[in-house]
This record gives sequence, structure tokens and C-alpha cells, in this order.
Amino acid sequence: MFRIPCPYCGLRDEPEFIFGGPSHVTRPAPDVDDAAWTEYLFARDNPVGVHYERWLHSFGCGRWFNAARDTLTHEILGVYAMGDSKPAVGSP
Amino acid sequence: MQRYSLLPLLHRALRGNQGWRPVWREPKPKAGYDVIVIGGGGHGLATAYYLAKKYGVKNIAVLERGWIGGGNSGRNTQVVRSNYFHSASSSFYDHSLQLYERLGAELNFNIMLSQRGLVQLAHSEHELEITRRWCNAIRMNGVDSEMLTSAQIKRLAAPIDLNGHFPIIGGFLQRRAGISRHDAVVWGYARAASALSVHIVQNCEVTGFDITGDRVRGVQTSQGPIGADKVVMSVAGYASHLAKFAGLRLPITTMALQAMVTEPIKPVLDVVVISAAVHAYVSQSDRGEIVIGAGADAYNSYAQRGGLPQQRAAIGAVLELFPSFSRLKLMRQWAGRVDITPDTSPLMGLTSIEGLFINCGWGTGGYKAIPAGGDTMAHTIVTGKPHPLISAFALERFKTGALVDEGAAAGVAH
Repeated sequence: MFRIPCPYCGLRDEPEFIFGGPSHVTRPAPDVDDAAWTEYLFARDNPVGVHYERWLHSFGCGRWFNAARDTLTHEILGVYAMGDSKPAVGSP
Repeated sequence: MQRYSLLPLLHRALRGNQGWRPVWREPKPKAGYDVIVIGGGGHGLATAYYLAKKYGVKNIAVLERGWIGGGNSGRNTQVVRSNYFHSASSSFYDHSLQLYERLGAELNFNIMLSQRGLVQLAHSEHELEITRRWCNAIRMNGVDSEMLTSAQIKRLAAPIDLNGHFPIIGGFLQRRAGISRHDAVVWGYARAASALSVHIVQNCEVTGFDITGDRVRGVQTSQGPIGADKVVMSVAGYASHLAKFAGLRLPITTMALQAMVTEPIKPVLDVVVISAAVHAYVSQSDRGEIVIGAGADAYNSYAQRGGLPQQRAAIGAVLELFPSFSRLKLMRQWAGRVDITPDTSPLMGLTSIEGLFINCGWGTGGYKAIPAGGDTMAHTIVTGKPHPLISAFALERFKTGALVDEGAAAGVAH
């Protein structure tokens, strides 16, 4: 179990949150070819290290936000609002 | 290879068990091989074995970053079954189960296969309906499967409570399903492959590929460069990471899947019991431990440890079904990195790079597929064309849309 600093409510336990998958996946234009569409739908960075991802504070304020989290240590390196660009976080 | 049988066993027992030798060699890697298998888990070792045994390939190396069988091959709950909904899956997995049925004799190594049966529970009328459809689909695929009443389930699994929070109203059974010893499968393949001159190189991490044009020429490793015109990625957990070295992006999300065992007790449960609705996955090992499989943690993780919320959920579900287990102590808990694909079916066959093959994305269910995975990949590597049993699992399915959606079919969260 880890704890997540919700930008609106502060530090809360993991079971209050729902994971929403990777952030910053941009929907391509409607006329792209199958390869680009496949890439958008299915291909994932799935990095070892910093992962930019969405979380929903489901049993709290009910708001979505982004987090930068290390997939090896589960350390949350930063949280930021939906729509903001990736913050600069170093690998610990 | 020293063959195992009763006579040499007695002979050695009478001489104080002296003279047992290591059953696979640990050679230094050569400068080049005909085929390099990346990953010394069950799938990688089985691929090397069938390449040497069935196709006579002489010059094979299996490169393993840690020790063989130290990844998901040694972290699963040992269940073998072929009760899959889609025909592409059930024909593949039943081929695997048939190979498992002969594997002990073929490898001259006791894999302790116990076809004790696997019961899938239904807790509501709706679930029972979908279970009947599932059971019938499996029968149509030519695999054994039969519906059970709750009374029949009680006879098969005596300690089960039919009237818990989610009452059990029926289910289905695959009699040929069961468990086998996972370490023995790894060691059996390693021993047989080594006897056929396969080089098993441990502590050898692949750190890059040598690719000229669109063709693979070898790999870079922590023990130096090794050449080969045919390379197969047969890894779990680090598949995305490895594929990136070849410039490939895979449809994989890596998560932690955990399991745990209780202290050993006398035999009380001789079937495997699965409930998709409450997500319980339980069996009793030959040593007497109650083996509990949990759901995967919902987020990307390479940590190789399972989270507490999933552990609590799994234990809660098992205790609803088996209240008498509440007195048992948990002895061990562990997790593996599982590579989940969008349709929870594997990624098998060719890649866009000539000579580079893939056998990854097994998610939470690779153990049961080890013999067929090795057999079909060996065929694919030798012929350069996907084996008919795995053509549905090609990477292109995400472009064509022909997914094999077992995740949806099984109704299991992982």
C-alpha cells in the first residue's frame, strides 16, 4: 500500500484512488492510417522508472489529477492538474 | 544425461547419495549461435529444447539475466488448464495440456502433474447462465468440460461454504485441469536441453540488439556481444523494456500479480477452485499449503511485490468460500511482474525485424502454456512462418482488430 498526495485533499491511502492509465496519450487526427491509430489505441511506453499517469480520487473529492510515479519504487515524484504538461522530475 | 529410474536411485541411496552431478552445464557464451533465446524461464527453455529435439538445431543459447526459473516460472500458482472460451485459445492451450500429460515421461523428470480437476464457481443466476455458455463453448472446442450443481461442488470440495455472502449456485469442472510442480518443469526442460548441447547462460543480461537494415545480427549482453541470425524474445516483466532496444513499442502494461501460501496442513482440498465474481483462486499444494492467487495491482509496476489492498481482497474472498481456513497462518507472499496485453492473449510469432521473434505478453497465464509455447515457437523460428496454433496471437491483430479477448470471455479481473 502506498499513499498518494491528492492535489486537492492532501495525503490519502491508495484504496481511496482509482488508477486511470497513462497520461498525455494524444488522440490523432481522424484521417491517420491504421498504423498510427493502432499506436494510439494499444502501444504503451510502459517504462521502468518515471511514469506519467492519471488518478481519480474516487472516495474523496472525486477529481482527476496527474501523477509522476516511479514504477520500480512506487514513489510519487509529483502531482499536477489534468491538462498541465509533464513536470520535470528526475529519476531518484 | 544420467537417466533417472528406480535402480540408479536405489544404487545411490545405498552409497550415501554420493555421485549426483549437476544436471545442466554452465558454459561461457560463444561468439555466435544459430539461435539465441532471451529469457531462461519455462517458455525460453522449452523453445530451446524443442528446437534441438524436434528440429535438430545444434547451436542454441538461452540467455538469462538472473537464474533460470527465477521470474514468473517460479512465481505462479502452478495451475494447468485449457478451459478457454475462444477456439484459438482452447486449441492452443489444450495442445499445451496434452504435452504436459506426456512431459514427465518425455523429459525423464517428474513434473508432479496432478490432474485433480478445476471448478469454476457461479454465484448468481446470471453468472450461471454465462458459465453454461462458457462451458458449452469449451465443449464445442473439443475440450472436456461439464456443468456442476452446488451439491456436486460440495462433494468435490468438502470445506466449501455454499451459503456465504455470495452463495454458490453452480459451476463447471474441467477434470483434466490441475496443478504441476513449476520448478520441475523449468529444471526438466533445462536438463533435457543441456543434454542436447543447448548452452544455458545465467547472469547474462541482454542490453541491446545488433540490427543491420531490417535484420537482426545478434545481441549485446553484460558478457559481451553474441551473434545470431535468429533471436527470440521470451521474457516476462521486462518485455517492453527489451523490445525498446529493437525500436519496438509493444501493447503491454506491466503490473504486479501476487500469490501467497498458508502453513501446510493435512489434505482438505483436492480440486482447484476459482471464483471470478469474488476473485478467489485457491488450491492445496502437495506439501499441504493452501495456495491463494490474488488479482493484479491496478497500476503499472516493476516492483515485484504485491500491494496490501489486493492481498486483503484475495484473503477476504477465500475466507468467504472456505471459512475454516481463517485459522491458518500465512507463511509466504510474493509477486511477479505480469505483462498484460489489451485482450489478455499473448504476443507470439514474427516481428517487423527479420530474424527477431517474440513470445511475450503472457500476462497472468503463461505457466500453463509453457510446452505449447516452446513447441510452436520452435516451429515458427525454424520455418520462418507462424505455427498454425499461434497465428491468431500475432502482433498484427491490434492493427486488423482481430483480438482474442479472453479477458472479457473469462470475466476475470486479471
